[in-house]
Amino acid sequence: MAQNEYKSGSNLEKVLSRGEFAVTAELGPPKSADFDLIKKKAEILSGWADAVNITDNQTAIVRVSSIATGKLALDLGVEPIIQMTCRDRNRLSIQSDILGAYLLGIRNILCLTGDHQCFGNHPAAKHVFDLDSIQLIQMVKNMRDEKVFACGEEIKNSKKAQVKEPRMFIRAAANPFADPFEFRVMRLQKKIDAGADFIQTQCIYDMDRFADWMRQVCDRGLHKRCKILAGLTPLKSAGMAKYMRDQVAGVTVPNYYVERMSKADDPKAEGIEIVTEQIQQLRQMEGVAGVHIMAIEWEQKVPEIVQKAGLKRKP
Amino acid sequence: MMIVAERKPIEEIKGYLAGHRRVLVLGCGTCATICLAGGEREVATLASVLRLSDSIEVQENTIERQCDAEFFAAIKDQATSCDAILSMACGVGVQMAANVFTDTPVYPALNTMFCGTNDGAGQWSENCLACGDCKLGIFGGVCPVTRCSKSLLNGPCGGSVEGRCEVDPEGIECGWQLIYDRLKTLGKLDVLTENFQPREFNRTHDGGPRKLSREDVAGL
Repeated sequence: MAQNEYKSGSNLEKVLSRGEFAVTAELGPPKSADFDLIKKKAEILSGWADAVNITDNQTAIVRVSSIATGKLALDLGVEPIIQMTCRDRNRLSIQSDILGAYLLGIRNILCLTGDHQCFGNHPAAKHVFDLDSIQLIQMVKNMRDEKVFACGEEIKNSKKAQVKEPRMFIRAAANPFADPFEFRVMRLQKKIDAGADFIQTQCIYDMDRFADWMRQVCDRGLHKRCKILAGLTPLKSAGMAKYMRDQVAGVTVPNYYVERMSKADDPKAEGIEIVTEQIQQLRQMEGVAGVHIMAIEWEQKVPEIVQKAGLKRKP
Repeated sequence: MMIVAERKPIEEIKGYLAGHRRVLVLGCGTCATICLAGGEREVATLASVLRLSDSIEVQENTIERQCDAEFFAAIKDQATSCDAILSMACGVGVQMAANVFTDTPVYPALNTMFCGTNDGAGQWSENCLACGDCKLGIFGGVCPVTRCSKSLLNGPCGGSVEGRCEVDPEGIECGWQLIYDRLKTLGKLDVLTENFQPREFNRTHDGGPRKLSREDVAGL
């Protein structure tokens, strides 16, 4: 590590390396050239999260690019984690975007394979998948630590020029709830071997299955090689609980939460109550370094969740 | 390897033939016959449908393979006596026919779908993308490039649930679940701890139309 003890020097990296319980949130860019919406979301989240994920055409729907939104968020005082998926870009495009993002001051990246385009609003599009998420992680790490491009060439403008590599803090995703279950921890290990510095999980409702997965993670000592942030999505209604249970691949919602949401007089308040309880449970769990709150189009609830869970406001 | 194809909608086919008087419906005796899309029987069916139109005289024939120029010799006179050829071969055969009969328009009657297997009556599935760098030996005889909807070499992604792919849970099995199960049976799960490197797409069509030259068989 050349300049300092940190890999990237991002705020999030510093928080995690100090061993503080980290909070990250999510900011979905708008489906139009709407600066005001980005500003509104960034202002809500500012001060309540250590860093914020900026999604990259999530669910394969065209939105403002994650890097552009990330730069705007940065200017508004929110540290961004830009998502980078393999669906829409090949290795040339990804590396060039990483160089550009770094120059814009972005220091965190989330490397994902990307949702299949069949789920979005351009199902006839050609997908790329030149790389998969693991190969992407390795490439970003090699750019930072080996100072080379995917082709092996050094990251410098000419033979005599100085090497100027982009230094990103690398986030990856893990889904403890997809199948084959026995392979899920092995796949996390592959991501850590490739160079993931920290992990966010798919949103958790089935805490027993998550605890089982975390035990396997800790048995292999993976929590010591990589920080793990547990993913949470507050439920807004009984309908949403059922939808997440029945329609979203790789998410499991136990029936007791569906029943709780159905019986609640104020389902939204109940959803916040549930997620607050979950944060309390997760803080007690070995190996969990923080939470990632994915309040889908409900960013305004993040401050309340953080406060109710007894977590500190971020400086 | 079987190339699987299906017949185009009849209206599209008729559209191609508008203005032609005498048409040869030409079947292919290999893949298109096996996948029941363009063999002798399908030629007869299509020819009868086309004959319902008074304005067209329809000839029919089927040769052993349309992907080899030599098999066209037997039908040369019949073909050149027609003002259009409707090929019931895959795209390879259609192009070969056009290459052989340079002065006659050749139209496709089929949509070429994929290289695949016959899974039972009326069922076919894609099994090989002809990537030019076969990795089946590593992945237990299940192809991740073809059987995974994202062609992941380090799968499965988060969309694998109960052995099915999120892209179409009813229709598509998760290729990575198949790989996992197969390697488990073979006692080779440790293979999956390895991080596989990015593919070399210059070995696929991304490097341009591919050619193969073999000196050992040249001149035979």
